[in-house]
Parts: sequence; C-alpha cells; structure tokens
Amino acid sequence: MAQSMVNTEKLKASNKQAGRKIGGTVAIFVFLIVLGLFMLFPIYLMIVMAIKPVEELFIFPPKLHAINPTLNNFKDMFEVMHQNRVPFSRYVFNSVLVTATVTILQCFFASMAAFVLAKCKFPGNKILNSIIVVALLYQSNVIYIMQYIVMAKLHMIDTYWALILPAIASPMGLFLMRQSIGQVPDAMIEAAKVDGAGLFRICWQIVMPNQKPALMTLIIFAFQAAWNIQSGTVVFQEQYKTLTTVATQAASAGLARAGVAMAAQVFVFIPPIVVFMLAQRQVIETMAHSGIKD
Amino acid sequence: MAKIAAEDIGKRTKQEERRMMWHSVKQNKACYLMLAPFMLFFLVFTIVPVVMSLPMGFTDFNMAQAPKFIGLSNYTTLFLSDKIFVKSIRVTIVFALFTGPLSYVLCFLLAWLINELHPKLKTLFTLIFYAPSMAPVYTTWQMIFSGDMNGYANSFLINLGLANSPIQWLTDANYVLGVTIIVQLWISLGAGFLALRAGFQNIDRSMYEAGAIEGIRNRWQELIYIVIPSMGPQLMFAAVMQIVSSFTAGTVAQNLVGFPSTDYKAHTIMTHAFDYGWVRYEMGYASAICMILFVVMYLLNKLISKVLSKYMD
Repeated sequence: MAQSMVNTEKLKASNKQAGRKIGGTVAIFVFLIVLGLFMLFPIYLMIVMAIKPVEELFIFPPKLHAINPTLNNFKDMFEVMHQNRVPFSRYVFNSVLVTATVTILQCFFASMAAFVLAKCKFPGNKILNSIIVVALLYQSNVIYIMQYIVMAKLHMIDTYWALILPAIASPMGLFLMRQSIGQVPDAMIEAAKVDGAGLFRICWQIVMPNQKPALMTLIIFAFQAAWNIQSGTVVFQEQYKTLTTVATQAASAGLARAGVAMAAQVFVFIPPIVVFMLAQRQVIETMAHSGIKD
Repeated sequence: MAKIAAEDIGKRTKQEERRMMWHSVKQNKACYLMLAPFMLFFLVFTIVPVVMSLPMGFTDFNMAQAPKFIGLSNYTTLFLSDKIFVKSIRVTIVFALFTGPLSYVLCFLLAWLINELHPKLKTLFTLIFYAPSMAPVYTTWQMIFSGDMNGYANSFLINLGLANSPIQWLTDANYVLGVTIIVQLWISLGAGFLALRAGFQNIDRSMYEAGAIEGIRNRWQELIYIVIPSMGPQLMFAAVMQIVSSFTAGTVAQNLVGFPSTDYKAHTIMTHAFDYGWVRYEMGYASAICMILFVVMYLLNKLISKVLSKYMD
C-alpha cells in the first residue's frame, strides 16, 4: 500500500503513463486549442457586445473588439433593476437563498438515495432504478401545467417554496451519483458492515469521501439549475423574484437595447463560472489510488 | 435438504409471500429512511405530474375547459392526416443522427484528450468546452449568421471573396437545418461530457501502472483495455443525456431560425408539440406527440443499455 502510494505520487508529479510521446501530447494540445477557439467565439462575442457602446453595434465590417469599451450597458442594466419597487439587495438575497438551499439539499438527498439504490438490495430497488431513467426520458409539454396544479393545491404559488422544493429532487443528479457509486467495490461496504457501521455512516464516511469527482460535478449541475430558475411563472410578487429573472426582465424592458441584453447575459453567466472553477479544481485534484477499486 | 427447500418455495402461499416481503422491508428500514427525503420530493414534483400527464394524450384539452376523453383520435390524426408531423419525424431523425452520435463521440473524445493534459490545463479546457452549456447565447449566433452584410459569417466570406452576396443562413431552406445542427453541437458538450470527465478522474491510477507492466504500449491500447472498460456507468449516463438532448431538441431551432422555420426545415417533433401546446392550446394533441417521442427514446435507451451492459458494475 505504502509502495503504491509512493508510485502514485510519482505519477502525479510527472503525469506520465505508459508510452506517452511528447509529439502526441502537443498534437492533442493544438487540436483542443483550435476546437476551443470555435467553442469560445460566440461567448467572446457576447462579452464584446456587452462592452460595446450602442453606436458600434452596426458598423461594417463588424469588429471583433470594442473600439471604445464601456461599462454603460451594465450601468443601464442595474439602473433598470433599481427602478423596481423592492431594493436590489432583496433580489440578491432571494437568489442566494434559493440557490444555496437547492444545491445543498439536492446534493445531500441525491447522494444518500443514490448510495442506497446502487449498493443495497431491498424490495423495490429495481423498480425505483428504472423509474429514475424513465423520468429522465419522459419530456412532456403538459408536465409544467401539472406541476403548477400540484403546487397550487399545496398553496405554494407565490412563495419561496415554489422556487425551492420542485428543484430539489432532480432525477439527473440521482442518476449521475448512482452510476458513480455503483463503481465502489462491494467488498469495501461489506468490510464496513462487519465493523458494525450503519448504512448512514457507511454512506458518508466511507463511500462519499471517494466520490469527490461525481459530487463536485453534481454541485455544478445543481448550482447551475438552481441559479437559472426562472421564477416568472410560479412567483408573481416582486419580492420573491430572483436575480436571474430580474436580469432577464431588464434585458427586455424599456428600450430594446441589444447591449443591455448582452450585459445581463454576461452578468448571469458569472456565478456559475465561479462555482464551476472551484468545483472542477476539486475534481482534478482527485487522484484515485489503490484501495478504491477492486 | 435442498429438495425440501425447493418444494417449500413451490408451496409458498400468497400470504406467506407477503409476510416474507414485509419482513424484508422491515429489515431494510434504514434503506427506506435514506431514500425517503429524495423520494418524497421526487414523488410530489415529478411522479405525480408525470402520472397526471399520461392520460392527456387521449383527450381533447384546451386548458380552458376540463379535458374530454376522445380515445385514440389524437394518434390517428397524427399519423394519418398531419403532414407536418410526418415531416417533423424526418427532421428529428436527421437531426438526432447528426447531433446524437457525433456529440456523444465528441464528449468522450474530448474528455479523454483533456485527461491527457497537465492538471492546470484540464480545468481550463473543461471550462472552455462546457461554457456553452452555461451560457447558451443564441443572440450572438444570430449575429454570426445574420443574413445581412453585418453578419460575421457573411462579412468573413465576402471579404475572402468566397461569396459575392450575403447568404440568408437563418431563412434559406438549404441552410436552416445545417446551421441549427452546428449550434446544437456547440451546445451539446453538457452534462454527459462533465460526467465523463469526472469518470476519467476516478480511474484508479494503479490500473495504468498495471497496464504498463502488462505491456500496454500507447494511449490507444490504454484507452481500449483500461479506460473504456472502467467507464461503463458514465458512458451510460452520457448516452441517456445524449438521447434526451438530441431527440427533444427544439429550443435551439426556435431561438435561432425562428418559429416556424422556413418550409419547416428545422421543425422537430418537440417544436411540433410546442406549436400545438403553447400556440394553439391543443394540449391533448401536444401530449400525444410527446408520448410518441417518449416511446421512441425509451426503446433506444433499452437498446443502448444492452450494448453497454458488458461494461456495467
């Protein structure tokens, strides 16, 4: 074990595996750069458009950069948002509340359920596992109406609950964790059971610490989904609206300004990027080593 | 002894079976307790609405009046007299054939290539390829493919002398589907891609060492003998996400080439359902459309899980 740890450390330091040629690595790098530029181009344009003054939007030939970059579009956006009846800080609070609650509860509940579905035998396991996949595949235009009816029956419309509760149980999150936890060797769980650990402890102290890549990926998905919840259809009072909703509204409010719309998109884009970077770094740092797999 | 047990099973009455079942439920109390929080929300906000929506395909439902049962008439209309639906099937198949497998391979290939890089570059490239999923900016694509000289694509082609007049990318029936496919591919390195990235990161390093000792000589052999066999669950996850995104695509086309698109060239089944559901308020008809799509996706999912089953747990 100690020996293999040393080897792992060495491999980690040099990032070397069987038969790596430097030429191949350079070719991969160049390929990824070219494709990456294609991927980034529309997003780069979005940022450029957000800092372009209005008069630069329609010159020919279209420029790939702003001649006189300005933050006016952002200022305009915030001004529109400030004109509402509730203070700006209220939207920030709403977004933080909704996003944090949904992300934390989703990760917590989905991990536990995924562990049980992947690693325990009990009556109903098979059916539940297939229901999750079916739920992912079933897309229907009437689901939102039915969800609305359910929420109305539960008196959730126009409260925070309407934003938070429906987003918690995402079948995609559960499916992701289930697939990943399924790879944990049964022997590890059996050993813990012999040592007298309960299921809850096995889940959180033995299985989950080895599931950092999947859990961090789930955090990215959950945050992104929660942050982008459009509150317009289930919440009508201004005081419950989230930042994303209001930014989208500001983009279409008043004068039809392409610049402000772009500024709103850039603004909404920033928090998911930050969370992505933080979580993804954790994923990369994970170095699976001996003892996790059989 | 074994014989007696076998006979016992044969003789087990229903009541006994129920008691056994109940016993094993009680034994697994901890399992149910840990499932409960997720399943509670899942039941209320997903299962109940799904079950409520299932019978809608057999009704005439305009949202103003209560749904009226009309049997199979939605389905017969769809297949026998709705010409645009038949057209949308063709568009969906072309669309799914182009975006589905291609994007699936791309997800895996890119996740693998990124894995070959230095750790610091991994985060950067993963971000670059996933960014479109976080900011699906259709507006800038509209500017790129804008039909006047102001469009980036047109201005680029005219400056190079490859075109003498602006091309109507978003309205010309020849280009509509192609442009939509490009943008869909751009946006498609989403959940499946990230799951695969996480899967790569979870492969035991000692597997590579063992592989090197056992004579694996290059990246390709390593990919085939070590990486793919230990990525079964992630490959399945990515496949499901891919089926969903390529068959239910519709938003990209609607945001990009307008709705309805020229000559229905980018009119997918989901767009058709949107048309009937949210434009004409014929919800019953729209859910019949969705139901057909669901059946197709379900069968495809079965097929893929059979193919991937040898890599599973």
